[in-house]
Amino acid sequence: MIALDDVLVTAYSPDPAGGADRVVRLLGPVTLELVEHRVAIVGANGSGKSTLARLLNGLVLPSSGTVRVNGLDTARDGAAVRRTVGFMFTDPDAQLVMPTPVEDVALSLRRLPMTPAERDVAARAALDRFGLADRAEVPVHALSGGQRQLLALASVLATEPAILVCDEPTTLLDLRWRGVVDALLADLDQQVVVVTHDLDAALQADRVLVVDDGSLVFDGDSAQAVAHYRALMQVRA
Amino acid sequence: MTSAPDNETAAAPAVALPAPIARSSVTTDVALISTFAAFIAVCAILPGIPTPSGVPITLQTFAVILAGLVLGWRRGGLAALLYVVLGLAGLPIFSGGVGGVAVLAGPSVGYLLAFPFAAALAGVLAGWALRTAERLRSSSLADRLTARYGDGVGRAPSAWRYPLLVVAGLGASFLTIHPAGIVGLMVRLGITLPEAFAIDVVYWTGDVLKNLAAAAVAVAVFKAFPDMLRSRR
Amino acid sequence: MSGPIRPPWAGPLGLYHPGTTVIHRAPAGLKLAFLAMFAIAVVAVRGPASALAFLGIALLAQLVARIPWHRTTRGLVPALVTAALIGAYQWWARGWATALEVSVDLVALVLLGAVVTATTRADTLLDALARLARPLRHVGLSPDVVALSVGLFLRTIPVLARMSLETRDAARARGLDREPRAILVPAAVRMVAHARATGDALAARGLGEN
Repeated sequence: MIALDDVLVTAYSPDPAGGADRVVRLLGPVTLELVEHRVAIVGANGSGKSTLARLLNGLVLPSSGTVRVNGLDTARDGAAVRRTVGFMFTDPDAQLVMPTPVEDVALSLRRLPMTPAERDVAARAALDRFGLADRAEVPVHALSGGQRQLLALASVLATEPAILVCDEPTTLLDLRWRGVVDALLADLDQQVVVVTHDLDAALQADRVLVVDDGSLVFDGDSAQAVAHYRALMQVRA
Repeated sequence: MTSAPDNETAAAPAVALPAPIARSSVTTDVALISTFAAFIAVCAILPGIPTPSGVPITLQTFAVILAGLVLGWRRGGLAALLYVVLGLAGLPIFSGGVGGVAVLAGPSVGYLLAFPFAAALAGVLAGWALRTAERLRSSSLADRLTARYGDGVGRAPSAWRYPLLVVAGLGASFLTIHPAGIVGLMVRLGITLPEAFAIDVVYWTGDVLKNLAAAAVAVAVFKAFPDMLRSRR
Repeated sequence: MSGPIRPPWAGPLGLYHPGTTVIHRAPAGLKLAFLAMFAIAVVAVRGPASALAFLGIALLAQLVARIPWHRTTRGLVPALVTAALIGAYQWWARGWATALEVSVDLVALVLLGAVVTATTRADTLLDALARLARPLRHVGLSPDVVALSVGLFLRTIPVLARMSLETRDAARARGLDREPRAILVPAAVRMVAHARATGDALAARGLGEN
């Protein structure tokens, strides 16, 4: 279970007049409990929805308030939180750090107590699960964008986190790969929190949060939330 | 379970907001070091730009100095060190697509081994340059320039940073890369100091151009990522 | 291996030439130690006769390792050009003996270095380096972090190469491809953004902790 208690996130912003840096509000205050199996977060670019997602595994720390995942405080127990919460990014190129797929998955597995040989077997099994077994030794830069995103997912899920947070996982993908990734995410046993611009995907969620200008402006049933978000964007346009 | 306040907090005075809490930056440091090391490699592999003097310029030293200016002495030095060590280990990432310990036997050994020191020194000098730029920006000199040419010159951080970063980069390359390069030439080619110096001078024009470019790029990076100024080390 | 062939800079196997000769099988550390001793000897022992003897040793190593000539010439061409130029200059300045010694010493050292590189897999050398780097954990550099940096380095080169081509195309599309600033500045800013995103991704994967 994810619990945000009176969370406020701030950042430094340079003063255009050349003075000392100012502190600006990025998100909050937000108080939330997320227990649903599928949660979607929607909002305009720069609204703070990525900040909200990044709070959930301690990538962003609250300036005040607390974020707890299964009772673990993200500020105090960061390492344990990241073992519990997997995180998938928009751009797999930033996320995939080793030259070949099997090495990249094996890198994720390093924090589990395994011998290198066991790690290799487990890494290949994880690749097989996402249909990447025959790509194990191919250089990552030779994979297609969709295959790279599948590999990113395989690397994150190899350690079997209890919760998966995805920040716009399908934004860079074509329609076919978008379907593949959405279907894979839908099949997971884990609790999944997805930040998305894809309102069709948001409609499938059990609960949808709408973030705007650093605040949570709607929270609830997916159909109502998506309708609220559409109305909000129409006002802007 | 949800509180969804209005936008009034956004307009609240800055003093009321708690300071941001920074996450440990170890992984970002590792990523920056590896990325800049890879950047040095890409600049070295790219074919050199032909010049009228007949000596092609590669962007390699541009990348080395840039690593120091942007990352600071520790991370910048480590980036250049990673590049040199991996090249010596046999990856074909040195100028001309060569690699391996054979390079140590070549006449350019001095230039190559100076890279980590050049990046580190550029980092130290850039730290001084950035602090001095801040001081000068609030000095009476800045007041006079602002009165005469407007805020764009007198108060803009970049206008002060750029010339000082050029000095930092030039200082680093002329105190490390060139002396070490000359010693390498002398040892490997069995020539005297004046002879080695005459070879080294050919690279000076390109080097000055590369330092002008490195400072301009560093200024742009600091503009795009102001927190890089805070995290330099 | 399926898929496209690795470009030379994309894989850890760069300049390695597979083989089973005694030189291939010798431990990497031993080869490096021998090369270091050879380099010291070449510099310390003067005279054209010894230079020719050193070249003989290097050529013998090349033959024993059965490395085809075209493998070593790639690294050797710049050295040969330099040797020819400096040889001509030294002949004019100091006579034929110095010219022969300096140019032959240079070729001998570069040739033996190329043999060591061609007979030792880069990942073996990197493993040896990781062992050497182990004491660095006392100053906060764990072997895992070193291994991670190396992997990240190899992975980032093709990313940066693609990024620089895209940036150049973008500059060209705006008619700015003759303007170095329009290429260098966006390329560097994108690179730093990429590195920071990678740092976040590493942290999210719990790497570089504990």
